[in-house]
Amino acid sequence: MAGSARRKLLLMGRSGSGKSSMRSIIFSNYSAFDTRRLGATIDVEHSHLRFLGNMTLNLWDCGGQDAYMDNYFSTQRDNIFRMVEALIFVFDVESKELRKDIETFVLCLRNLYEFSPTAKIFALVHKMDLVVVEKRQDVYRALMKSLEDTSAMFSFKVQGFATTIWDESLYKAWSSIVCTLIPNVTVFQRHLQTFADISEADEVILFEKTTFLVISHVTNVPSPGFRSDSTRFEKISNIIKQYKQSCSKLRAQFQSLSLRGSDCTAYLDTMTANTMIMVIMSNKTDSRGSTDLLGNSEANAEGDDSFAGEAENNIILANIKIARKMFEKIEMMNPDER
Amino acid sequence: MTMSADEMHDGHTAGPNPSPRIVMMGLRRGGKSSICQVMFHNMQPLDTLYIESTTAPTTSVFSSFIDFAVMELPGQINFTEAMIDAERIFSTCGALIYVIDSQDEYINSLANLHSIILHAVNANPNINIEVFIHKVDGLSEDFRLDAQRDITQRVTDELLDDGLVNVSISFHLTSIFDHSIYEAFSRVVQKLIPQLATLENLLNVLCQHSGIDKAFLFDIGSKIFVATDSSPMDIPTYEICTDFIDITVDMNNLYAVDRRPKTATRTDANTITGRADSSSNGVKPIPQGRPIGSTSRLSNGVILYLQQMVKGLALVCLMRKESMPKIALVEYNIEFFRDALEQLWLIG
Repeated sequence: MAGSARRKLLLMGRSGSGKSSMRSIIFSNYSAFDTRRLGATIDVEHSHLRFLGNMTLNLWDCGGQDAYMDNYFSTQRDNIFRMVEALIFVFDVESKELRKDIETFVLCLRNLYEFSPTAKIFALVHKMDLVVVEKRQDVYRALMKSLEDTSAMFSFKVQGFATTIWDESLYKAWSSIVCTLIPNVTVFQRHLQTFADISEADEVILFEKTTFLVISHVTNVPSPGFRSDSTRFEKISNIIKQYKQSCSKLRAQFQSLSLRGSDCTAYLDTMTANTMIMVIMSNKTDSRGSTDLLGNSEANAEGDDSFAGEAENNIILANIKIARKMFEKIEMMNPDER
Repeated sequence: MTMSADEMHDGHTAGPNPSPRIVMMGLRRGGKSSICQVMFHNMQPLDTLYIESTTAPTTSVFSSFIDFAVMELPGQINFTEAMIDAERIFSTCGALIYVIDSQDEYINSLANLHSIILHAVNANPNINIEVFIHKVDGLSEDFRLDAQRDITQRVTDELLDDGLVNVSISFHLTSIFDHSIYEAFSRVVQKLIPQLATLENLLNVLCQHSGIDKAFLFDIGSKIFVATDSSPMDIPTYEICTDFIDITVDMNNLYAVDRRPKTATRTDANTITGRADSSSNGVKPIPQGRPIGSTSRLSNGVILYLQQMVKGLALVCLMRKESMPKIALVEYNIEFFRDALEQLWLIG
């Protein structure tokens, strides 16, 4: 597609810090377990990833061994650091030579300052699972503090994330990174809000289809029923990613999922060719269902529920169908023309 | 309470201990504790590397649709000397699981197994002997079958020499790194359920009349399947069904009202919690409140359907997409199936 916007992302960090592992998990459907098979990255691995209709992520996975690193900062300098949209620098939290890592980071910033001063900087403090739970916050804060101090002189603002491939924190970080690169993310947000209002949904979440990163979400009713779990979006990404993997064992992809949960009803369906939408409705009749536990009266209540559920089900699916065209249009909006 | 009802239903399950017991034995470092941890305490398979060696008999009680206890005997103790109460243990247990480490020389295990079988059968002629040929993840596909054939041959030959022909003995290839251990355990537990034939029959009827290709009755907590219909089963189908239970329960828990009493305050949301929350604190909570259900459509025309039944059981079905327009009828039939299950466990 001629008008597609290319975004160059640099993925950097010392060798063995987990750059390729996270790339494989997010973009190539690896499980955390599978990343053990990955070898060292030689030089730079380029991957071109279509993200949404009009965007291509050019991910430059830069091998972190010293020999390559020296090259990046000398001979390949303008090749590497030109036109960079975002730098993702991965810190190994267990690194023995943290000072050297920070020096490399500063070197990156210096070059970016010269070649692409508008680049966004992300620092991922990775392998957090290796730190004891109580200390994680402190370790992360200390490292971020020193990064902010060093980056201030280049007038870059560093956004940091504590991540590990073993839980959903990785999805959190990458969702945030990718969202800053989507130009019309506010348009998505606005229309998603309208959709949620019309459907009287408690919560609506929009995912990218292949990576299952969260693009946008709207919460209308933070009802007390919701566990106030602020990581739930990433958890959903993680859960669905696992499900996609197990579906691939049957040589199939999953298309939709509807969950009649104990306190809510959730629908996950294809929105456009590149996105999926999840709609969460709370059970309006919940107070009754949870209090009575008598077998026979529950059977009656259930009969009503399932009837109401059927109607609701169809309404939501119809809403999604109608909204599809609108969202396709937003997606194809050319960011460069706006 | 349940088992007392069952006992009234069919009197022959009588015994000093009401819940059927499974005794797990094998030489040391065979993988017994790992199996227990992975099956009943949701431990990650990789973490089992760090389990300490078991030194005393341990029992994990496990209750859901049916109560049973798994008793694990450490491999170190010399069976014939130390265990004077062997008689008592065997006479009350329904199944004996013997774990053989297939990555090791198993000749010693076989001699040990043989003497145990003699004891067990002597004490309890109805005991089911289940041999788990374990850790097969390290063996190649061909070698697994060779090992199974070899072990089966040796064990049955020795039993024949002793003139024991009516011993109920079966062999399973297992590994904690895939679904085989769940499948094997399911088979073991199924033999201990007196209602198995009825359940299978019910599932058959349900499948025939609702356009269902394959139906499983799962225990949600342990992912053991209690019964399935009589159509042939393949492993991928079974795997996707267990995964489907996982994602349904996980998703539901994200949006469920927390009905458990508040224990510890949750850690700050920004800090990274260890592994997935649910796995660290043992078995996944079985959903409370309205019975959960979910439906998923796959691109190859398969529909996965899950509906929670009574007693922490869930019905998981595979259907073709052609049945989807008639889903209301299917659900109507499933209601009858649920009624039947309720009656089955309330008899007496």
